[in-house]
Amino acid sequence: MSDAPALLSVSDARLRFGEVTALDGVSLALRPGECLGLVGHNGAGKSTLVNVLNGGLALHAGSVAAGGRAGRWDVAAARAMGLRCVFQELSLCPNLTVAENARILHRGHFGLRWRAEARRLARAALDAVFPGHGIDVRAQVASLALAQRQMVEIALAFAEAGTPARLVILDEPTSSLDAGIAGQLLAHVRRFVAAGGTVVLISHILSEVLATATRIVVMKDGKVVADRPAAAFTQAGLVAAMGSTARERQRPDRAAAAAAPEPLAVHASPRGLPVRVAPGEVVGLTGLAGHGQTELLRALHERLAPAWAAGRDPKVAYVAGDRRFDGILPLWSIRRNLTISALAALTRRGLVDGRAEAAAAEAWRTRIGIRSPDLGLPILSLSGGNQQKVLFARALLAAAPLVLMDDPMRGVDVGTKQEVYGIIRAEAAAGRAFVWYSTEIEEMELCDRVYVFREGAAVAELEGEEITEAAILAASFAGHAAEALA
Amino acid sequence: MTLLRKPWAWAWIAAVAVYAVTIAATAGASAAGLAQAAFTFAAFSVIVGLGQMFVITLGPGNVDLSIPATMTLAGTVALKFMDGADDRAVAGLAVALGIGAGVGLLNYALIKALRIPPIIATLALSFIVQSTAIWTNRGIRIKPPESLAAFSTGNLWGIPNLAIVAGLLTLAAWVLLERSAWGRRVTAIGQSPAAARRAGIAVDGVRLSTYVLCATLAGLCGFLLSCFSGGAALNMGAEYLLISIAVVVIGGSSVAGGNSNVPGIWGAALFLFLVVSMLNTYGFGAGPRMILTGIIIIAVILAASLRGRGAEGG
Repeated sequence: MSDAPALLSVSDARLRFGEVTALDGVSLALRPGECLGLVGHNGAGKSTLVNVLNGGLALHAGSVAAGGRAGRWDVAAARAMGLRCVFQELSLCPNLTVAENARILHRGHFGLRWRAEARRLARAALDAVFPGHGIDVRAQVASLALAQRQMVEIALAFAEAGTPARLVILDEPTSSLDAGIAGQLLAHVRRFVAAGGTVVLISHILSEVLATATRIVVMKDGKVVADRPAAAFTQAGLVAAMGSTARERQRPDRAAAAAAPEPLAVHASPRGLPVRVAPGEVVGLTGLAGHGQTELLRALHERLAPAWAAGRDPKVAYVAGDRRFDGILPLWSIRRNLTISALAALTRRGLVDGRAEAAAAEAWRTRIGIRSPDLGLPILSLSGGNQQKVLFARALLAAAPLVLMDDPMRGVDVGTKQEVYGIIRAEAAAGRAFVWYSTEIEEMELCDRVYVFREGAAVAELEGEEITEAAILAASFAGHAAEALA
Repeated sequence: MTLLRKPWAWAWIAAVAVYAVTIAATAGASAAGLAQAAFTFAAFSVIVGLGQMFVITLGPGNVDLSIPATMTLAGTVALKFMDGADDRAVAGLAVALGIGAGVGLLNYALIKALRIPPIIATLALSFIVQSTAIWTNRGIRIKPPESLAAFSTGNLWGIPNLAIVAGLLTLAAWVLLERSAWGRRVTAIGQSPAAARRAGIAVDGVRLSTYVLCATLAGLCGFLLSCFSGGAALNMGAEYLLISIAVVVIGGSSVAGGNSNVPGIWGAALFLFLVVSMLNTYGFGAGPRMILTGIIIIAVILAASLRGRGAEGG
């Protein structure tokens, strides 16, 4: 908090999307050599503010000033001053290789041997942020796991690309990364900031923000409600400033699960342990990201969801983690997105019962707290976290006995997470089964049973009190040897 | 102004405008006759256009290029089967519909089993279907049964019977697309097949039924067209390849899938017929007529895409 001139500042920024006020008079200055943590609920206006900073959205009122001078602010100007963005929604070209993506982002001139040059650039960028990353820069981005794509995007943002990176905005960068990789990233952020760079870090993982940021800004309903050095905050203080109360973590009641021995589904694999799930059980899948958890969920879903003729009662529902790829239906309203999995039950003689559909959607809007004045608005009018809530509601509205969840809490705020945990426990108590893959180890402690994955197979099974962060980490890194340790 | 924001509005505006310009040239003398002819010929375009619309709604790459061949085969085989006998009219219709459904099944079998893109699969199959039609027909022109010929060229209180048939099918298609669970699923697949699959939709079943529906409508269209024109001809489907796609696009449905509408197909079908009539009335030769037709079509699509960016149904 020195008197150094601001690298980039916004003053009294105001922006509306139709009936939704996204920014309601935000003022903010970013100085060289600071890491600004930006926290707030889903729909608080964080992503909108980022899009204003990077020139993607024009303000209805207020101004953006770079280096103290107000002027025309757009994507080109932002890019020229060295601003880079890593979005919550991945923005690489999936049909190109990692190296080709690096070439696209780079402003410099490449010669005839540009492929070799781009490969070197991409490799150097990845090595700088994620040493030992193991990503082949000649691989097509579409063939990479979600976590690897996120790593590429982050590494390229920090890389020299014609102009050096001076301000890097990270919007939920760690939500699909496991703890080890996230640690590498945060260490790089500290190095970058110490060297005079500026970072804006948006994350729902508050411990991460507290440990990395030098200053924290809390947003709520499109306004800045707190702006203090990070040292002045505690986790509880942050949660209180965001406007929700932290609840005690509750261990689930395990008696119910123990009483249901008959498995609902079993996924046997040639290697590793078979994965079982019984009615009323919450089964967690953990381990390092990209070690076969998503593949297991997909395989289970392919087997249980008929491809040719769906019956009236779905056997399985799915909550997507990569919501832009296999989650939302982008042309539709919130309501249609919410009811699609439960359509069979809302249909009379082949025709959708509009009144029943509206009532079902409305009930879930209230239960899960979707922030929108009208469910008839397009799904894309919602913030990322609220879109994720819609996907949750979609899966739970379908009366399927088994719900598969593929890291469903990406970009969901703390308050909502607590509510969703409550809903999951309530639904499990009523007899539904959940298979839940998460990159956040804390969430595994809410499960009845946990399978730890390594290299494509379940290598350890933990139950009840055995589920601890230490045991999970040990099993993820050491495989079978870990069982002795745990 | 909400009507102008509908994606199908521009096709209708264009159709009405072209109609007005055409009858202005004849000082209104041909108003009723031109309208009747337009509705009769538009009926054929609408029937194949409805099927193509559902296929295009399935998303990028989905298109049925076997429509002309299916029309030809259904028409020739059905007429041969009926052999001019009035008491075989209903059975003949069933034969035409059955041939259509069979082609649809084969289309999806190729797409699914051999993993061929729909555009190639349906084109490849259409060669086989067309060759089968040539082989069964052998150049003999068989007349349709008297009753069917009379029906297809007749009218009810001035409205052509064919337009009534197409109108009823349009109504059914509208209900299917906008109100039925099946239509909802087709539209979901068109936006994102992966998301539709994870949402529990039986993607293969829905796609199969869409291709079967499209080919069945093509069979019906071939049947009606051969009854209307006094016999099946081997090239009778040719112009419907482009028309079936054009009426969907001009009608304001998204070529990228996931966002279609039914009313636009009628507007576009009438417009396509009327444009040619208008240029004929004003005495253009074949060359300039085709160039002008192309320019006018592009203008209508441009107008619709620039001004018609409106809200979608909730």
